Amino acid sequence: MSATITEQYTWFAACSTADVPSNGGVCIKYKDQQIALFHFTRRNEWYATQNMCPHRMQMALSRGLIGTAGGEPKVACPFHKKTFSLVDGRCMSGDDCGAIETYPVRVENGKVFIGVPDRETELF
Amino acid sequence: MNIIVVGNGMVGFKFCEKLLQKNLAPSVKITVFGEEIRPAYDRVHLSSFFEGKTAEDLSMAPRSWYEDNGITLHLSDPIQAIDRVEKTVTSHRGITLPYNYLVLATGSAAFVPPIPGMDKQGVFIYRTVEDLELMQHWAPRARKGAVIGGGLLGLEAAKALLDLGLSTTHVIEFAPRLMPRQIDEAGSQMLQSKLEALGLQVHLSKNTAAITGGDAISGLSFADGSAIDADMLVVSAGIKPRDELAKQCGLEVGPRGGIVVNNNMQTSDPSIFAIGECALHGSMIYGLVAPGYEMAEVVATQLVGGAKEFTGFDMSTKLKLVGTDVASFGDPFIGPKEARTIIFEDTVKGIYKRINVSNDGKLLLGGILVGDASAYNMLLQTAKNGLALPPNPEDLILGNRSGAAQEGAGVSALPDDALICSCESISKAQICNAVSEGGCENLDAIKKCTKAGTGCGGCIPMVKDLMLHTMKQGGKYVRNVLCEHFQYSRQELFDLIKLKNLVTYNETLDHLGAGDGCEVCKPAVASILASLWNDLILDKGNDTAQDSNDRFLANIQKGGTYSVVPRIPGGEITPEKLITIGQVAQKYALYTKITGGQRIDLFGAHLGDLPAIWEELIAAGFESGHAYGKSLRTVKSCVGSTWCRFGLHDSVSFAIQIEERYRGLRAPHKLKSAVSGCIRECAEAQSKDFGIIATDKGWNLYVCGNGGSKPQHAKLLATDLSSETCIKYIDRFLMFYIKTADPLTRTATWLNKLDGGIDYLRNVVVNDSLGMAEQFEAEMQGLVDNYTCEWKAVVESPQLRKRFTHFINAPEEKDPTVQFETMRGQRKAADWNS
Repeated sequence: MSATITEQYTWFAACSTADVPSNGGVCIKYKDQQIALFHFTRRNEWYATQNMCPHRMQMALSRGLIGTAGGEPKVACPFHKKTFSLVDGRCMSGDDCGAIETYPVRVENGKVFIGVPDRETELF
Repeated sequence: MNIIVVGNGMVGFKFCEKLLQKNLAPSVKITVFGEEIRPAYDRVHLSSFFEGKTAEDLSMAPRSWYEDNGITLHLSDPIQAIDRVEKTVTSHRGITLPYNYLVLATGSAAFVPPIPGMDKQGVFIYRTVEDLELMQHWAPRARKGAVIGGGLLGLEAAKALLDLGLSTTHVIEFAPRLMPRQIDEAGSQMLQSKLEALGLQVHLSKNTAAITGGDAISGLSFADGSAIDADMLVVSAGIKPRDELAKQCGLEVGPRGGIVVNNNMQTSDPSIFAIGECALHGSMIYGLVAPGYEMAEVVATQLVGGAKEFTGFDMSTKLKLVGTDVASFGDPFIGPKEARTIIFEDTVKGIYKRINVSNDGKLLLGGILVGDASAYNMLLQTAKNGLALPPNPEDLILGNRSGAAQEGAGVSALPDDALICSCESISKAQICNAVSEGGCENLDAIKKCTKAGTGCGGCIPMVKDLMLHTMKQGGKYVRNVLCEHFQYSRQELFDLIKLKNLVTYNETLDHLGAGDGCEVCKPAVASILASLWNDLILDKGNDTAQDSNDRFLANIQKGGTYSVVPRIPGGEITPEKLITIGQVAQKYALYTKITGGQRIDLFGAHLGDLPAIWEELIAAGFESGHAYGKSLRTVKSCVGSTWCRFGLHDSVSFAIQIEERYRGLRAPHKLKSAVSGCIRECAEAQSKDFGIIATDKGWNLYVCGNGGSKPQHAKLLATDLSSETCIKYIDRFLMFYIKTADPLTRTATWLNKLDGGIDYLRNVVVNDSLGMAEQFEAEMQGLVDNYTCEWKAVVESPQLRKRFTHFINAPEEKDPTVQFETMRGQRKAADWNS
């Protein structure tokens, strides 16, 4: 069967916009997952990634500093300052510690929604 | 065509490398036979093995390098016979191969004088990694070591014994002075007194008669009837060329060893070459790596059809022996008829410098440096290239005494063909080209591109000077800027933020920067703002510009929990407060440990528990210890005159006064301090950013020391100060540091980079040479007056407390992935998961 898998997202309400500090991140609990949510106020942008830093498997990215490198938004893990692109999740520190998951974010009426892919459709 | 290399030492390896660079015909096949079990390694830096380098670190290239380049490498398989008629070689394991050209790079062996008892256990030679491993194995049972040989290799071996931790190390030299081949009598004496100060016992004009003991060595006896005890001996009395293979196949060898070669490095058989320490050229064995590399180049060039001759080599050297610089260049010994000699001697610092200048005062002919060889590269180049001397040639070794720094000023005068790296034969022009054409703008890039500085490393300071000089000339001198978002140095930014009265990170970025910031500039600017205004660091949106530890006012630890350090000024604490710490630790199941700075660290606190923990600590009279900040940590103290029978003043009270004055002070890096009540220095004040030691007249103030990876002793800034003056000086010192240091630069590194060093700093702090003293003191007083405990502010603010949660959408839940293990009755973090 030839199948082009179009990723489907389940959107869930994560928190209100006021819960997230300007130019910083918070950690969101979704089922048994941890998701880091960032409000890049300076750019008027929202990003969500996995909370775990793949370098030492620490649940810490939401506590990291965000910023840009050559205009590309990134987050630095507080543990060893490995940086990851907030756009595509790749490691930007030059060493290969693997990429992180990124998730789409929507803001409606002061509520922040995060989209998580429906794994079922991928698995068929 | 078959080229066979006999020997896989540094020179044998370099020959292969040079040959590969020469566009070989594909039909050329290179085969290397080596005697040792590992591929060629850096024998020059062998003693670094005992400083923690591994055999791999010392390796010139891994085994795969040979494979990748089509070289067949046979290790642990020395050549045993050469058949010059059939043109074949046969190895120990029985491999027979034909050759068109044979290159002997067999090197040398340690010269072992025929002394009875040489076969006893505990007697070693110093030549290979295996020798070192044997020494390492024996050393734990030995206490008294001895080295036969006071030359270059002997002193290297003595350093190795010191590194191995022997309590006594004797150096025995047959000649009446150390390093007789490199330096003169006066230089030797200076070197000797330096080495003796480091704990070596030097015996000169000693002829070792026998090694005494049973199966194992117990001592040495000498021809003059004297004797010493020793349970470990290293023989490092010189080298003898490995010429046995050459002898066996009838090649001409010298009367005292060495394979005779002509200027083409050809032996008496034109298809056989000899290079490195086994070759005897013009009745000379060259026991250094640079001429060996040059010989390798001569042979490699000829084998691809080029023409090149070896016509002798400059034997100038610069070494660090047991931590002491020793260098000689040009003709170090030239006599009074042919030259005028200028000598500078400082017996306090242990520095001896001699330069030999031509009688007309125009040329530098040679010289010797002991104790301080920083001028070596420039002197060597001046001598080699016949550069014009200054009107007062003594300036060459005394430096410019007008007070103005002249760093790197000399390199522009060098001609383009000046040889900078003699190990790899790299000229000034090649280095400058790598910078201007090749775009190499740091040392690693230059090393990669040109190989300069990859041999002995002695030329690295000059390579750096040339790089900076070329970059400046090209107009692309890179300024010392913070990161891509701020084109200013920290010092410039500090002044601008103050001038424009900026109070938040975002304002600063809008006014002075570009883009959206990063993990480098955010904490740096946040630290400047804190140093300037001392506002609560979590206010005004600055919280997300703080490094993670500052943002949560605690130190993140393995597993994602935090550690908590309440301030215990001077290390003095009441039993009641100790009980509180114990109760809090019990309640929140925290691991407790005494820190190096006389405080108590409580580990394993969940983010969400931090405000409650602090609420209890603050209620008991504690305040933040700022262990998470780039700020004043602790002022350690000894009990001083309160209890100690030696104490001169009350060091505890002074430590508390100082800790309370500077608590919470944000700086470019962490600050540590200590106060000792007498010269016994139990508080270790001389390893601190600022340390105070009681004298019978007052306090001595030391500054810019640190422990850590590069320990550095603090330097004496001022003596016999009253408590008031001492605090004034610390105010001035700290403000000057805070205003001018680069981000994350400790005071020791800051001072090392400060033009004029401690003398300049003393002028600023003590003599007020900048006229800033009053302002520094006023600014510090402002910060002191503005201090509040950050944790108190958080505990009292429901808004701020809300930020200390793991899940923003489930604030009462803790991070379920945090795991602990039990150890010795306490909880510790589980190990990294990967």
